[in-house]
Order: sequence, then structure tokens, then C-alpha cells
Amino acid sequence: MEFKYDVEGGNFAKAGHAASAVKKVLKQLNVNPKVIKRVVVALYEGEVNVVAHAFKGRIIADIDPSRIYIKIEDQGPGIPDIDLAMQVGYSTASSKVREMGFGAGMGLPNMKKNADKLQISSNVGKGTVVELTTYFNS
Amino acid sequence: MSDEQFYHALKVDEDTCFGCTHCMHDCPTGAIRLRNGKATIRKDWCVDCGECMKSCPVDAIYVEQDDFIEIFSYKYRVAIVPAVFFGQFPENISEERILSVMNELGFTHVFQAEHTVDIINEVILEFQDTKPEKPLISSFCPAIVRLIQVKFPALVDHIVPVKPPIDASAAFYKYLLIEKGATAEEIGIFYVTPCAAKIAAVKSPVGDDQNYVDGVINMDFLYNKVYQVLKSQTNTSSTIKQAAFPQLTSKGLKWSLTDGEADHMKGRCLAIDEIHNVIDFLERLENEEISDVDFLELRACDQSCAGGVLLSGNRFLGVERLRNRARALENKTFQTEELESFRNFIKKNIHLESLSPRSMMKLDEDMSAALKKMQRIRHIMCFLPGIDCGACGAPNCQSLAEDIVRKEAHLSNCVFIQRMMEKTRKLSPDHAIRLIENTWGKDRLDKDCKKKGAKNEGM
Repeated sequence: MEFKYDVEGGNFAKAGHAASAVKKVLKQLNVNPKVIKRVVVALYEGEVNVVAHAFKGRIIADIDPSRIYIKIEDQGPGIPDIDLAMQVGYSTASSKVREMGFGAGMGLPNMKKNADKLQISSNVGKGTVVELTTYFNS
Repeated sequence: MSDEQFYHALKVDEDTCFGCTHCMHDCPTGAIRLRNGKATIRKDWCVDCGECMKSCPVDAIYVEQDDFIEIFSYKYRVAIVPAVFFGQFPENISEERILSVMNELGFTHVFQAEHTVDIINEVILEFQDTKPEKPLISSFCPAIVRLIQVKFPALVDHIVPVKPPIDASAAFYKYLLIEKGATAEEIGIFYVTPCAAKIAAVKSPVGDDQNYVDGVINMDFLYNKVYQVLKSQTNTSSTIKQAAFPQLTSKGLKWSLTDGEADHMKGRCLAIDEIHNVIDFLERLENEEISDVDFLELRACDQSCAGGVLLSGNRFLGVERLRNRARALENKTFQTEELESFRNFIKKNIHLESLSPRSMMKLDEDMSAALKKMQRIRHIMCFLPGIDCGACGAPNCQSLAEDIVRKEAHLSNCVFIQRMMEKTRKLSPDHAIRLIENTWGKDRLDKDCKKKGAKNEGM
């Protein structure tokens, strides 16, 4: 079953919208609360990344009885060096964004920690695609 | 499922309920449905917050209480009274006068619920030192504890495993009287409650096997009784039969108000009142949008217990009175020897057994079945108009779709679907009226000039 959510770049007030919606779905599906938490934390990080860096994005969540697969696709600046971006504490966020409590350089590492599979591909100047998979019985 | 055992204090008076949608739309957990012209409350979804009672235009929702006469089945009749009770009375009526009236009404002992807050505070601070998973969530408000159990099961482990003051005070007073020679059977502990949730918690305690409270009295009932006596008194001097009525500390007076707990815990503490605010906050907490909070004081009512559904006065005035009195007592400590000598007993008996989640969200225990149901819900939503009018007897289109999948409603309950079915001649007008009567009661659409707001209202 597939769910789609649009993400608006720059609108921090709405960041977390998709994460909350997916959380509700997983609760209705009686997924283990600990697994829900991992999925939601990873998704929220991804959502905030789109809001903070991209012009716009789209989140697709596909759920079957064994796993949830999430694809976060954005139109934005892209990531020039993915390995660097994966490092804890590495951040390109402006001071304005940091003041809002975002941009501590924990985003991608935190997503990696909370997903069973994480795949990132990026096209500088075009956008980024992040794919996450979490298994329900892991 | 053990959900059926959950006792709920909120009841619908079927003679008074005329079937509107106020409570259904206001219920924060979506637990109310209209059937046959009356509101019905889903037991396993209700958290006893009392929002329905606040929204009812005709007072058809009430809080079940124990019969006052029951107090006289005991030799020692103890009233455990929260500070907000006294906050309702005008400032010129002293606590002593209120106490003497309560003695007159039949209580042999009156004890304030917040007398044990210092010990509770101490135990929670000690618990904070054990570095539990952050944030700790207070167990003070029983509606919030239930809310977390049904709606935020992943957060259940964050609830502080320490009993709220009323339970600690009830346990203490029972043992105090036993110590003084009374037998357990002779003692009746009655809690004067400001809300429905506390009654439900007493009748069916969560995470606690032993219960020291024998009965519950609604605060509005006692307020009226006391006020009536006070108004008829010509002699304003009080005669207190009870030996000593210990004074609450400033902390105790403010404990049940917003910030009452948060002001006294370690680290970054936040206080949030009103149930919708709490739900919004817990959503964000669950997403880890909010982190680094050490302690959360969450209360279901606006202005916390001063806004309890069973309080009679204005909540803002009640808060003002209690704060004024607390200010006058600042930096004063009242050592009640009895309480001190029971300190260790209270500390030992204050532990709250672990709570278990009982999610109301899941569509099915089995995930494949739940997925199928969700697919059906999404399919049904393609047809429902998304107006969320409530005319089907469910609070919104999504709820109707979920009810249909649970086999508790039909697509034809939707009045707009009915119109479409009439257009395609799948439904006769007579049948459509019958469907509406199933939800809203027989002859509901007939002219009635006595209804609320109509020209002969009240005649």
C-alpha cells in the first residue's frame, strides 16, 4: 500500500507532517511501537532535510506486511559529497536554521541508525533521493 | 481483551440527551458515536477527560458518584480533599469554617490530598537521579495516563512510576488511623474529586493493585452542600471537632495547578495543560521533534485541576485565590509530626506498578488483516464527501470509514451517499428517512417547537 506526501521547502512549521501521518498508519497496522519509533525518527530527519535544503520534495511510503520502504525525493541543491554528509556533526546549515533548532549535523547519521537499509543518490544542482527500508520483524 | 473491565465515570443520561453532535465533535479520542438519537461512549477509547461533559448544551453527560449516605457505613469517615476545593470559596470564608461544615456533614476527618507532595517530590527527584529515559512524564493526571496508554503506547514507559498525591495521602491516612487503634473495616476513605478521570482511576486503577480509596464524592456535590450550610449559618465562628488540621505548604497549595510539579523537578521541565495541547505535544515528542526535556507535567484540563469538570467556580479565580494564599505561606514549612513519622511508610508504598499500553489505534491484531482493512478504508474514503458533518453519527468521514470496516456502520449512514443512492434509485426516500432515524432517533425530523432554540422552548 502506497502513501504520498508533498513537502514544501523552507516551511519549518509543517516539517513533521509526513512523519506524523506515517506514524498514524503504522499504529493502525499494529506495528511494534519500537519499530514505529525508528521509522518515524528516520523519516522526520529526512523530511526536515528536504524542508531545510530543497525547494520541494515528495515522500512515498510503501508498506507491506514485512517492511516499510520510504523514498524521499527532492528538487534541490543535491549533496556533493555523500560520505562527508554522513559524518556525525557535519553540517552546511546556516546560523538562522541552527537557531531554529535544526542543522546540528545529525540528520543523515541518525537516519542511518534508525533504518535497516539506507541508500542515497544525489545529483548536484538537481536534487537528492533517499531510500529507507525498515523491517517490521527485525 | 481486558478492555471491558475499564470502569468509566462518564455516563450519558438518555432521558436528557437529545442527540446533537457537540460531545462527538469535542471528544479528543473520537470515542463518541450517535446511535438512535443518543450519544454513546466507547469504553475502551474513553480516557475520562470530561471534554464531552464540558461541551454538552443540556448537561446530559454526568459523572457517576457514590451515594453520600455510604460514608455512614464507616465509623471513621475520612474526606481526602484537594486544595482546589478550597480555592472555589470566596476569600472571606476560612478553611476552618469549611472544615467545620464538613465535620457537621458527617466527616470525622478531613485531610488535604497534597499533604504528601513533599515526599512524592523527593521520590521523583531520587528517581530522576537514576537517569531514566528522558523525558519523565508525570503520573499526576489520570486522564493523561489513560491517554498515553490508548494513543501513545510507545510513551507508556516514560510515565514516572510514582503514585499521585491522592493515592499516597489515602494510604497514609488509612494507616495513621490503624496505628491509632482503628480497624481497617471501620475506616472509609472518600476522595472528593474535581474530575471524572480520578473516579475512573479509583474504580479501576491503572498499574496498581491495591487501592486505599473506598468511595468518591463529586466536588460540585460537596461544594453545594457545604455552601448551603455556610449560607444558612448566622454564627460564623467555627467549631472544629477534628484535632489538628495541618496547613498545606505553598508547594502543596500549588501542586495541582499548572507548573505545580514542573517548578520542583530537576533539569528542563515543561508544564502543558489542556488535553488538545497535550496531544499535540506528545505527537511531536513521539517524532523526536522535541528532545532534551527532563520532566513533563501534563494535565488534561485547562488551568489543570482548577479547570476540573466538577469545579463550580471560575477556574481563573480559583487559581488566583490559591496563588494568593500560597504567596502568603511562602518559605514556611509545616512539619506535621504524624506525616514525618510515616515518611518511610509512604515512600515504600508510593511505587506505581508498571503500566501497560492498550492501543485503541490498531485496526486488527494481525498486521496483514489490518493492512487489508486499511486498504478498504482508503477505498471507502474515495466515496465519502470529506465534509466531516457528523450527520452519520461518527465525528468525521474518516471515522465513519473505519467504523464501516469494523462492521459498526454502513456506507449508507452518510446522508450525502444517501442522496447519491436516491438519485440512482438504489434507495427509496422512505428507506432514507429510516436510515436517518436509526442514527438520530424516531420522528427526529418532525416539526418540534419545544426543542432548544425553537419558539416554544421550555414550555
